[in-house]
Amino acid sequence: MRHLLGIAGWRRDELEALLDRAQEHLPGGPEASHVLRGKVVANLFFEDSTRTRSSFEVAARRLGADVLNWSHAGSSVSKGETLLDTARNIEAMGPAVIVIRHRSSGAPHLVARHVKCAVVNAGDGAHEHPSQALLDAFTLRQRWGRLDGRTVLIVGDVLHSRVARSNLVCLKALGARVVLCAPPTLLPPGLEEMGGEVTHHLDAVLPQADAVMCLRLQTERMSEAFLPSQREYSRLFGLTPARVERMKADAPVLHPGPINRGVELSPVVADGPRSVILEQVANGVAVRRAILEVCAS
Amino acid sequence: MTSVLFQRARVIDPRNGVDGIRDVLVTDGRVAQVSEAQLTAPKDARVVDATGKWVVPGFIDLHVHLREPGEEGKETVLTGCRAAVAGGFTGVVAMPNTKVVNDSALVTELVLSRARDAALCHVYPAGAITKGLKGEELSEAGELIGAGCVALTDDGRPVMNAALMRRVLQYATLFDVPVMVHEEDLTLSAGGAMHEGATSTRLGLRGIPASAEVAMVARDLILLEETKGRLHVAHVSCEGSVRLIREAKKRGLRVTCEVAPHHFTLDDRAVGDYDTHAKMAPPLRGDGDVKALREALVDGTVDAIATDHAPHGVSDKQVEFEKGINGIVGLETALGLTLALVHEGVLTPRRAVELLSEGPARVFGLPGGHLAPGSPADITVVSPGEEWTVDAHRFYSRSRNTPFHGRTLKGRVTQTWVGGRCVFEDGQLKESR
Repeated sequence: MRHLLGIAGWRRDELEALLDRAQEHLPGGPEASHVLRGKVVANLFFEDSTRTRSSFEVAARRLGADVLNWSHAGSSVSKGETLLDTARNIEAMGPAVIVIRHRSSGAPHLVARHVKCAVVNAGDGAHEHPSQALLDAFTLRQRWGRLDGRTVLIVGDVLHSRVARSNLVCLKALGARVVLCAPPTLLPPGLEEMGGEVTHHLDAVLPQADAVMCLRLQTERMSEAFLPSQREYSRLFGLTPARVERMKADAPVLHPGPINRGVELSPVVADGPRSVILEQVANGVAVRRAILEVCAS
Repeated sequence: MTSVLFQRARVIDPRNGVDGIRDVLVTDGRVAQVSEAQLTAPKDARVVDATGKWVVPGFIDLHVHLREPGEEGKETVLTGCRAAVAGGFTGVVAMPNTKVVNDSALVTELVLSRARDAALCHVYPAGAITKGLKGEELSEAGELIGAGCVALTDDGRPVMNAALMRRVLQYATLFDVPVMVHEEDLTLSAGGAMHEGATSTRLGLRGIPASAEVAMVARDLILLEETKGRLHVAHVSCEGSVRLIREAKKRGLRVTCEVAPHHFTLDDRAVGDYDTHAKMAPPLRGDGDVKALREALVDGTVDAIATDHAPHGVSDKQVEFEKGINGIVGLETALGLTLALVHEGVLTPRRAVELLSEGPARVFGLPGGHLAPGSPADITVVSPGEEWTVDAHRFYSRSRNTPFHGRTLKGRVTQTWVGGRCVFEDGQLKESR
């Protein structure tokens, strides 16, 4: 049994072994092993999510597990139940794995300290979203074989993004170079200490990128004065067809979803030949199967 | 007539320039004699062999949350006083942010009455600056001070309204009491859970920049200069604040400040993987700030070490980090953490004692803080080299919220004397009730 609370704390060989295992779970791979038959995977989602929850659910069912879907809407949380009480009640139903999504950074750590089963972080606040980073790395590995020496450019609201943090740690661990590009108000301090390079000037770095990952821009950022407007953001940081022209010819465009069409990503690019967004989603199931296997075993 | 004779102690009494082996005779609750020569014990006197020990003025903590009235599950005046004397404190200043705010003589009198019943150490209430700590209308400072309050503070909350802050500084000059401020610009700290830096980035927690404190210190020093008032800055946590206060002192402004042991001991990395026992306001800062605080303790910029003893229950802390309530208990670990700076060679023993006793007494104009003949026999006996391991479950405080559980500290209180009466000795309380 092992927790996946973040990419941080996992060694390169462990990450690669997990990605290798995910490879076997791709359609057309060896027949699915029902290693979780008779076991329960509990999805504890304290925050709305369609993609990640469904992906974990499909992955768990493919492994033969029963899935307990718990969501915050209309639950005991609205009656004032604490996170730990909720987690302990779910634990009492005997799951092998608790998959948790929560708006507070560190919530999976708190749960992991108090339950006996494996805890998988499905996204916590602005901290980590390790399964997303693994599926992103998997998608890139499919194209490149190895990530060593490749430059991945992450563009957008890095400050509030768990996807950016997990990808930074994961891609660095796998040997890539990571450049983070955002307006100064949306870049937290100390990214360099995590191995990232930072810039505010998208057009200057675009030609260096072997892949470009756009982050979702939440509309709250305008009311909190991080940015003047969506319009200005897309002018300076949006991935438009003109900007794609400046990229390397074979560089793919990634996005963790859901997309704000026309804000961080223009529709033409999102639906265009560079986009690997749907590949990411497909790979997500295989990667999450590998995660559940590794964590439950 | 009752007497106590401390024999062959290392007496450290910064105000009176004493640091050497002395005998100290206490008679009828007051210091009678401090002598280089050995004294003969009067008949019936208790004799304390203090060889190898320090005999120092009783510690005074300017910043303690006793939680009574209103949150007696966390602490009461009695349990807080027990923790105080176990930590070597003979006097504590009780913050007014109780769950009936101390903004009236009624609450002040209740706290004082509970303290009399506890009969362990001096409790000096601080009154609220504004009614209900709402930051809107002034509370009746004259009534509060008349009832026994020694300072005015909205601690736990800043006074965001600059005009109101200016008037408080002006108005308080009427009574010559310090206005104690919790410096935090709420627009800069909004949503923040810890210091803004590499650790908050790694953990994905919204940061509280140093400017949230420093900007308010700057504002209040400007107001202080204009009003000729008296300002005491509580729990200073960052380099920028220290620099401004140092400069203001040089220019002769009546500003004083305190630093909490956790802020000169730990930096933001202590948050680790979301340890809510490392969550407080102001937050643990960067290593450069810790270094600056230590320098300020040495050079006199800081007047007092104050714990910001903030008891909270398990359910306040066993939650998501962002939801975790701010604050840690401090009374029972303050001496050990302060002496760590002595053992590291940062502070002299004399300066450490000054920061725990003489400094706080001077800042708030409290009795004690020194051992001149005639002064109250509030005395702490310290075994400076004794190692012990912090066990939160053995605290006298009703709460256990400390990041120092399990840490080995060097230096322990062996006796605490208040008004010539031994109230704590060798780990045990000596309650008279």
